[in-house]
Amino acid sequence: MASLKDLRNRIASVKATQKITKAMQMVAAAKLRRAQEAAEAARPYSERMGAVLANITQAIGGGGDAPALMTGTGRDDVHLLIVCTAERGLCGGFNSQIARLARDHIRRLLADGKQVKIICVGKKGYDILRRDYASMILERVDLREVKTLGFVNADAIARKVIHLFNEGGFDICTLFYSQFRSVISQIPTAQQIIPAGAAGSTAPEATSGGNAVYEYEPEPGEILSDLIPRNIAVQIFRALLENAAGEMGAKMSAMDNATRNAGDMINKLSITYNRQRQAQITKELIEIISGAEAL
Amino acid sequence: MAEAFKFELVSPERLLVSEQVESVVIPGAEGEMTVMAQHAPVMTTIKPGVVTIKTAGGKEERFVVFGGFADILPSGCTLLAESATHVNDIDRADLARRIQEAKEDAADAKDDESRSKAEQFLSQLTTLEGALLPA
Repeated sequence: MASLKDLRNRIASVKATQKITKAMQMVAAAKLRRAQEAAEAARPYSERMGAVLANITQAIGGGGDAPALMTGTGRDDVHLLIVCTAERGLCGGFNSQIARLARDHIRRLLADGKQVKIICVGKKGYDILRRDYASMILERVDLREVKTLGFVNADAIARKVIHLFNEGGFDICTLFYSQFRSVISQIPTAQQIIPAGAAGSTAPEATSGGNAVYEYEPEPGEILSDLIPRNIAVQIFRALLENAAGEMGAKMSAMDNATRNAGDMINKLSITYNRQRQAQITKELIEIISGAEAL
Repeated sequence: MAEAFKFELVSPERLLVSEQVESVVIPGAEGEMTVMAQHAPVMTTIKPGVVTIKTAGGKEERFVVFGGFADILPSGCTLLAESATHVNDIDRADLARRIQEAKEDAADAKDDESRSKAEQFLSQLTTLEGALLPA
């Protein structure tokens, strides 16, 4: 049995931990709100982009002048996975869920004899995937220094990816991230971004003016070849924002759980402590009484 | 008074403007154009430049944009800008940085096509700087 002093120390340390987890929960809650606002502010752009893209693909009608980023290379031998995770841990299963989805995907691709390349965005995903697939990781994008996620961050990643594509580095590119549903639910998602055809199914239908005859300036093909890379950047940006919101949500609920666990532990320890103290008092009393009786 | 129409200026980070306007001047890739209500549907890329909005209230506002798209319909106009700032908030250091980057791009370009593209972009940026400086 632990001594009274040990128990007292134990309770004090659990209390300190509880204070920390509580503070982290509150910080996460504040950050979550900001991240959610950012994700919502970015929504109009990606929605309109989807609409414009739908309009223009309709206009071109799958003609021969669609850029390769849209049609793909016609092969599917080399896959590039962009795995977006958080930079920090202590957010429950958030990072491992994304990494697990990516790992399952990699395993399936390898079983089919495909070649896999990985770009990790965020430290945690890199740490997990490095264990098994270190040789496939091309690059690790570090966003730890970034305070507020800007479009430039996403654009930089998109540029790298497109550069790699133009050099023939891969055929199909899939983006892994966590979709933000609510504070307690984040859904790890895989989304194919190159070729863009498959992603088109998620784009909203052409706007009400979709059947209007557009005039294009310059040519539709040229606009499209400018638009597709931008769309990729937008997709990545959205993924990063959703991830940021998801991470904070996951962290909030994880820290809430931790705070509650610490509370339970303190209760249990206090009961043991009180019992033991009572037992000692009783023992001392018995000693005194039996000593007095012996006289 | 001219008929008003809906104009939206959106950057990836947020929706900057969404209101009824009388006319908008857009720096299209193939020349500036003024959009008014009932404009024929046009889709155009835009070059770095200044977007001038004349609101239904008669106020004039100017925004600096760095590339993007404009989707023009008779019922309204949506401008998807890569990055947009109000003229009053423009950061000259940022503009200078962009010009520096464009210069480097032009110097690094491997083939003629990408070089001419980079140089075109650079000249658009310097024109923009020239247009803003006296303001």
